Amino acid sequence: MKLAGWGRFPVMDAQVYVPRDLAGIQQLVASKPSVIARGCGRAYGDSAINSSATIDMRRLNRMLAFDPKTGQLIAEAGVVLSDIIAAFLPRGWFPTVTPGTKFVTLGGMIAADVHGKNHRKHGSFRRCVDWIDVMGADGTIQRCSREGHVELFEHTLGGMGLTGIIIRAAVRLRTIETGWIRQTTIPAPNLESAMTALERAHGSTYSVAWIDCLGAGINLGRSLVFLGEHANSPDLPAHRSLHPFTTPDKRKLSLPFNFPCFALNRFSLRAFNTLYYWAGAWNRGEKLVDWDSFFYPLDAIAAWHRLYGRKGFAQFQCALPLNRSEEGLRALLQTVSKARAGSFLAVLKRFGPQESRFSFPMEGYSLALDFPITTKTSGLLANLEQITIDHGGRFYLAKDSRMSAETLRASDGRVESFVRMRADSGWKNSFQSAQAERLVL
Amino acid sequence: MAHKFAAHGHPIQLAARQSKKLDAEKANLQIRYGVPVTLHEFDALLPETHAEFLAMLPELPAIAVSIVGMMGSQEGSERDYLLASCIMRSNFEGPANILSLLANRFEERGSGTLVGLSSVAGERGRATNYVYGSAKAGFTAFLSGLRNRLAKRGVHVVTVLPGYVATEATESIHLPARLTAQPSEVAERIVVAVERKKNVIYVRPVWRLIMLIIRLIPEAVFKRIRI
Ligand SMILES: Cc1cc2nc3c(=O)[nH]c(=O)nc-3n(C[C@H](O)[C@H](O)[C@H](O)COP(=O)(O)OP(=O)(O)OC[C@H]3O[C@@H](n4cnc5c(N)ncnc54)[C@H](O)[C@@H]3O)c2cc1C
Ligand SMILES: NC(=O)c1ccc[n+]([C@@H]2O[C@H](COP(=O)([O-])OP(=O)(O)OC[C@H]3O[C@@H](n4cnc5c(N)ncnc54)[C@H](OP(=O)(O)O)[C@@H]3O)[C@@H](O)[C@H]2O)c1
Repeated sequence: MKLAGWGRFPVMDAQVYVPRDLAGIQQLVASKPSVIARGCGRAYGDSAINSSATIDMRRLNRMLAFDPKTGQLIAEAGVVLSDIIAAFLPRGWFPTVTPGTKFVTLGGMIAADVHGKNHRKHGSFRRCVDWIDVMGADGTIQRCSREGHVELFEHTLGGMGLTGIIIRAAVRLRTIETGWIRQTTIPAPNLESAMTALERAHGSTYSVAWIDCLGAGINLGRSLVFLGEHANSPDLPAHRSLHPFTTPDKRKLSLPFNFPCFALNRFSLRAFNTLYYWAGAWNRGEKLVDWDSFFYPLDAIAAWHRLYGRKGFAQFQCALPLNRSEEGLRALLQTVSKARAGSFLAVLKRFGPQESRFSFPMEGYSLALDFPITTKTSGLLANLEQITIDHGGRFYLAKDSRMSAETLRASDGRVESFVRMRADSGWKNSFQSAQAERLVL
Repeated sequence: MAHKFAAHGHPIQLAARQSKKLDAEKANLQIRYGVPVTLHEFDALLPETHAEFLAMLPELPAIAVSIVGMMGSQEGSERDYLLASCIMRSNFEGPANILSLLANRFEERGSGTLVGLSSVAGERGRATNYVYGSAKAGFTAFLSGLRNRLAKRGVHVVTVLPGYVATEATESIHLPARLTAQPSEVAERIVVAVERKKNVIYVRPVWRLIMLIIRLIPEAVFKRIRI
């Protein structure tokens, strides 16, 4: 069948299998030239596509054990985050680290070692993983952790499925008192003030900035900075405190068809961005928002990726080291603004320190942008890549769909040891994605 | 099915052959929905054990759903009477027997709902699966009679006639997407049917129409077509 990631580019022909049990997976690993695991397909590009055998893991979706003393949940890799939240939020537990969509699998979160708006304070997903069971090329399963099979553990986190099939894992949830977030909105007229606001927010659990990419000149980097804390019971108004985990049901908006490409022209985008900024500025200060709106605003619009039309779109996400961040971000934003290829969503996050062999984050700043695929996009992305490399930054493989193997190597000194590890451990022949082929991993 | 009922807060009793292999599923249901779940050894093909099976249950359920069924191979059962008998017994005798016993207990109690998974295949015998179809036809008639008997006794009976469902049994067959329901869809319909006291449900409404047409074709014509 035709298969693509969330960005709907590239689209490839691939054999997809949906095994019901371990034996089914073992049989595929043994009989196919190579395989790759796939979760919800929320990675933007070709990370979860293998033309000869893509293994959809979503039937392995049982929650196996939960320890209310430690918050440790043991679950199979195909369990979806939204189901974890549905089961545990009403009992006062929440994921320690969550990406910006809840429609991802446990396996996908581990493979990409995802980060949330609390990376600075709580690190990447790795931080809440106690152990992982990984199926290797010979079909046997190894339990890896910080204590045993350490190299497998370290390379599986952020390894994009290239170290084997994640079968199950033990992860820790955190306690919460309510399903609400105290959100503070700070309008920032330019990049410098946005960064200042984020730097000052080092005590905040969650922080993120939305940048209006069309801002130029003195408006360059015009942003809304959002900070968040889990609300405690006393923070809720009386009518909510009786049912602190009940939040209003949102009606789901859906885009049933592809927007024509012109729908996203510069003018509609400008209007949208300006409106958004002023609406945010109007709502400055603190207010209570429910967890779903705070963490997953995009999930409310099913299939929003269709906004970008039939040709799909490309994401660009880089991380820059702290000391080169301001300079690098300024150059990136100037380039985007000049190209007048405004991105709908531009998200700036402050990352804290990161340990791991191949995960994306590094202490500094991360900028995520997306563009519809047009003839111009490719040149623009090449420019952005060069600026990132020049400033010592690197790229997020979960968002990548078009980078070259050379670009990756120029940006990331860890690639060679990852590749060597794959060859030495026998992973290379058995676990292969279209992305890994493109990037020669 | 268990997921949908558990999500509505019902305690779950799972009955199956080799029920031990459902240990992980038991944990899954308990963790996800916070309801008590128990496992019970049950073989539909051993009707003499059914009374004891019922006696061993920790409590008489409010709702009982019989999912047991066996597609089998039509060709095989044309030659092998043991296979044919197994298909007939798995789809008719076994489920009917356990529902019978449950019906008596529910009747005594004066409440409860029985759900039987039959099939549209029982609506008219076809060359390609009449052994299975005839057993389902028997089961459908049985459920209808049971409903008739218990209607005034506070016990309700739901007959489910799913069209195609994408399950393990049909994995290797190519089924038309529009006519094929997901198991979760079947389960959702059943939960609603139980709540609303529906009598006979087709999971996708289009099947009601399809089966109406199939039943209306005169036998003289029907016997000549491949369908
Ligand atoms: C709207 C949106 C917002 C997002 N926000 C963020 C964010 O804030 N932070 C962030 O870090 N990411 C973010 N992402 C990216 C997303 O979290 C990652 O791409 C994640 O990996 C997707 O999980 P998935 O289950 O869909 O995996 P897929 O997209 O199906 O696969 C992703 C990778 O995981 C591997 N994989 C999946 N399951 C297994 C398994 N069982 N064993 C081995 N490998 C496996 C695949 O091989 C592939 O390399 C966002 C994506 C979207 C669409
Ligand atoms: N799939 C369809 O398109 C479709 C269409 C119409 C109706 N149906 C009906 O829907 C029901 C479920 O079908 P399915 O597709 O899920 O079939 P399936 O995958 O073959 O499942 C049948 C189930 O019945 C159990 N079973 C069989 N014989 C048993 C026995 N003697 N004792 C106890 N359990 C027994 C099996 O358990 P084990 O694991 O122990 O074998 C299995 O769980 C069946 O009644 C079927 O006839 C299915």
